Amino acid sequence: MSILIDQNTKVICQGLTGKQGSFHSEQAMAYGTQMVGGVTPGKGGTEHLGLPVFNTVKQAVKATGATASMIYVPPAFAADSIIEAIDAGIKVITCITEGIPVADMLKVKAVLSHSDAYLIGPNCPGLITPGDKRTGCKIGIMPGHIHLAGRVGIVSRSGTLTYEAVHQTTQNGLGQSTCIGIGGDPIQGMDFIDCLRLFEKDPLTEGIILVGEIGGQAEEDAAEFIQQQVTKPVVAYIAGVTAPAGKRMGHAGAIVSGGKGTAEAKFAALEAAGVTVVASPADMGSAMFERLNAQ
Amino acid sequence: MNLHEYQAKALFQHYQIPVPKGQVIDSLNDLDEALKAIGSDAWVVKAQIHAGARGKAGGVQLVSSVEQAHEVAKTLLGSSLETLQTAGKALPINCLLIEETLAIYQEFYLSLLVDRATKKYTFIISAAGGMDIELVAEASPEKILTVSIDPVVGLMAYQCREVAFALGLTGEAFKQLATIMQGLYRLALAKDVALLEINPLVLTEQNELIALDAKINIDSNALYRQPDLVAMRDISQEDEREAKAADHQLNYIALDGNIGCMVNGAGLAMATMDLIKLNGGEPANFLDVGGGATPERVAEAFKLILSSKEVKSILVNIFGGIVRCDLIAEGIIQAVQDVGLTIPVVVRLEGTNVELGRQALANSGLSIITADGLAQAAEKVVAVARENQA
Repeated sequence: MSILIDQNTKVICQGLTGKQGSFHSEQAMAYGTQMVGGVTPGKGGTEHLGLPVFNTVKQAVKATGATASMIYVPPAFAADSIIEAIDAGIKVITCITEGIPVADMLKVKAVLSHSDAYLIGPNCPGLITPGDKRTGCKIGIMPGHIHLAGRVGIVSRSGTLTYEAVHQTTQNGLGQSTCIGIGGDPIQGMDFIDCLRLFEKDPLTEGIILVGEIGGQAEEDAAEFIQQQVTKPVVAYIAGVTAPAGKRMGHAGAIVSGGKGTAEAKFAALEAAGVTVVASPADMGSAMFERLNAQ
Repeated sequence: MNLHEYQAKALFQHYQIPVPKGQVIDSLNDLDEALKAIGSDAWVVKAQIHAGARGKAGGVQLVSSVEQAHEVAKTLLGSSLETLQTAGKALPINCLLIEETLAIYQEFYLSLLVDRATKKYTFIISAAGGMDIELVAEASPEKILTVSIDPVVGLMAYQCREVAFALGLTGEAFKQLATIMQGLYRLALAKDVALLEINPLVLTEQNELIALDAKINIDSNALYRQPDLVAMRDISQEDEREAKAADHQLNYIALDGNIGCMVNGAGLAMATMDLIKLNGGEPANFLDVGGGATPERVAEAFKLILSSKEVKSILVNIFGGIVRCDLIAEGIIQAVQDVGLTIPVVVRLEGTNVELGRQALANSGLSIITADGLAQAAEKVVAVARENQA
C-alpha cells in the first residue's frame, strides 16, 4: 500500500519529447512506472520512447486512461500545463519545473481550489512509491535505487534532503511507503498537512518523516494538525538553523523575517505536538527506527 | 530583484498613486535645475540605495536653502551608506532623489505581497506608519489589518472601505485610498511584484494621501517577461560574489565563518551548515551547486569559496541522485588541481557509483579527506579547520 500512486497508476508526461522529459520518462519506465503516453503540442500522432504522443492532455487521457501526469516544461509554460492537466481530469499532477513566476502559481491555486486534483510541486523532486519493477511507481527526478519498499512515509520541502531521509531509512531496513517532495516554492500544491492526512489514513505507513525548512508557517501549521489528527509517530528535521535572517537560501520560501518562521520556532511547535525533532539531519533514520521499535 | 525608490515612484505615478513632487539627479550639475523644477524653499534629499533605514543613517536629509542642498548632496552623492538593513556593508550612492516637503498630519503603513499562508496577494495596513512593521506586529498585532485578494474577483470596493474606515479617513482621502489600493494591485499584477511597501503613506494637512516612500521587489522568476524592469537593475547595489555566482548558476551567499561549503540542493546545503554549527564550527558560506555538478561548475564554486580569505577548510557534500558519483569525483579532482587548492578539503559522496567515486578521490594523490556519512563529514571538516587555524 501507499498513497497517491502505485503500480496500477497510469502516467503521462507533459513535455515528453524534451530533453528532461525524455530522460526522466525513461528512468521512470526502467523503475517500473506504468508510462502510457506523452503530450507535446504539435507532435500528436507520433511516437517517442515507444510511447504515443498527443497534442493535448484531454486526448491523452481519452486514449490511455491516464490519471497521473508529470510535467517537465519550461517555467514560462508550466502554469498553463498544470491547468490543462486539471481541466483534463488528471488526479495526481506532479510539476518538476523550477522558476515558475509566483503570479502564475496564484492562478493555478485558484483553479486547483475548485477541483479534486492533487498537485505536487512545482520546483520539487516528485513522488515515488518504492518497489521492484513490478510494484514500484516513480514520478520525478529522484534516484530510484536508493529506495526500499517499506514502512515510512516521507514528506519534504527539499529534494536532496529527501534523498538523505530515504537513504537512512533504506540503510536501517525500515524502507518507505511513499516519498513526496512538495517543493520549496512559496506557493505550491500539496502541503505538509495534505500529505500527513493521507499518510495517517494509509494502513501500511507506520511512521512519518517530515523534512522542513526555515521560512513560512507550514511547519507550525503541520504541528497543530499532528497534535489533533495524527496518531502515527512523526520524526522531523528543520533545515536552516544557521541561516542569517532575511537572506534567501536557494529556495524562495526559505526567508526568515521578523522572528517568524525561524527553525527554533518550528522546533518548539513540533516538539509540543509530540514529534521527535532531530537537530542533526544525520539522525532522521535512527530516530524513526527508535520510535517504531518503542511501540 | 529590488528597485530604487525613484524607480518605484515612477511606476506609482503610472498607476495613479500620488507621490511627492521630485527629481532624480546623478550629478551635482543638475541640482539647481532640480530644485527649481520642484519649487518652494525647502526640500528633502534622499540617497538612492537598495536598503531601508536610510533616515537614521543620514541618507535622508531636510534642507532649507539652495546652499544647504548643495552641501548635503555633495556629501551624499558618490559616497556610500551603511544602514541597519545593509548587513554590515555600505552601498554606493549613485543618485539622489530630491523631493518637496509636505505638511504631514498622520503616517500609515501599507504593503502588498504574495502571502504564502493565504496563497493570495495580501495588503498589510497599519495606522502606525514610519515604524518597523515587524515591531508593530510584535507589540500591538491588533493595529495591523490584512486584506487578501481573491484572484477571481480582484480587489473589491468593500475591502478598500474597510481599510479606509479602520484608518479613520474621511472625505477626499477616503475615496483616494481605494484608488491607491486598486492602483497598487494593478501594478503588482502587471509587473510581477513580490513585495511592495509604502512606509509611510502620509495624510497631509490638506487631507491628501501621498506615498512618501516606496519599495518594490520583483519576482526574479518573472524577469523574463519584464524587460522594462530588467533594464532598471542596478548591479552596483548587489553583492559582487553573489552576482558572479548567479552567472554560473550557482546559488551563493557569503557568511562570517571559516568553513567553506559546497553542496548540491538548497535544503541539503542548509542542513550541511547546521551540521557544521552543531559540531562547533562556523560556515563561511551557503553554496548550492545545483543538480548538474559539472567540473566547470565545481571549479567555479571552489574559486568563489576561496574568495573569502577566512576559509580554513572546505566541505564538499554531494548526494548524487541521477548524476554518477564517479563523474562528480572526477570533477572535484580536476577542480582542485585547476584552482591549486592548498587548504584541506573533506568530501562526502553518496549515491550511484559511490565506491568508484571514493576510490578515484583516494587515488588522486591530492590531500582530499573522504568521509563516510553526513555526521562524520561535519566532524572532520570542523577538526581540520581548527588545526589549520592554529
